[in-house]
Amino acid sequence: MLILHCPYCGIDAEETELHAGGEAHLTRFGPGSSDDDFEGYLFMRENPRGVHFERWRHANGCGKWFHAARCTNTLEVFGTYSAQTTEPPEEIRKILAKKRPGWTWRDLK
Amino acid sequence: MSEAVQPLGGSAFDGLVHLSEAPLQGMITLRADLSDAAVKKAIKAATGQTMPDIRGASVQEGQGVLWMSPDEAMLLVPYAEVDAALAKLTKSLGKVHALAVNVSDARAMFSLRGPAAREVIAKLAPVDMAPGAFEPGMVRRTRFAQVAGAFWMEDQETIHVVCFRSVARYMFDLLSVASDPASAVDFF
Repeated sequence: MLILHCPYCGIDAEETELHAGGEAHLTRFGPGSSDDDFEGYLFMRENPRGVHFERWRHANGCGKWFHAARCTNTLEVFGTYSAQTTEPPEEIRKILAKKRPGWTWRDLK
Repeated sequence: MSEAVQPLGGSAFDGLVHLSEAPLQGMITLRADLSDAAVKKAIKAATGQTMPDIRGASVQEGQGVLWMSPDEAMLLVPYAEVDAALAKLTKSLGKVHALAVNVSDARAMFSLRGPAAREVIAKLAPVDMAPGAFEPGMVRRTRFAQVAGAFWMEDQETIHVVCFRSVARYMFDLLSVASDPASAVDFF
């Protein structure tokens, strides 16, 4: 059972209270953007073996969206963090540097 | 004005706990910055209770405040006074960026009374109901089997459950089955 800590209501919510929201930190391209950018935004997703960043919603709870850093290989949860950010915060990066030295994800490392 | 009735006409069930539909309860949902002093003051004026901290519930005799999310609170007032309370709240909020709506008729509320109240909830919701982990003065938004709901404890043997009115029958049946006398676990 996947358990994620909701950074908004402080509850360690289990999977059935949550709703998965796909990949995190996407840059949205809308009207006026190039076809390549729009296609990338719509269809191109990471499929890493290892460190991954996801969006989750505490649907049966406080209703807030948040981010989670997880490992697709071991299902380890590195941590969760606020949705009001465009990249993983420093404390998550520190944990990753310790637990998965040399990790990469998109252009992050 | 039509006559307001409880969703299931005041159904009750006796099993591990005494399960009953609560009398009509006035409920106002408030979206605002809950750390704002003006918002706290308006809540206090409307309900007579102070805004609790995160996941807190301060309710006394059908009047109170429930913490629903970082920017949402549920205000409980007597059903007959809900319009007046809402008008008062809107007025005292003034120009503060906020939204307050009367949702009394969109909700159903049930009360579980008895020593097994914790156990009945623990069967249905993914919440640690152990004494010490969940106590009076706390509120929890979660799911009960397939529907969303929230509950808080009045005392060690009394739990109030709120859900959408449209799923009142489902919730009542669910709580009834979970409090079937033959299904006692006696865990807590």
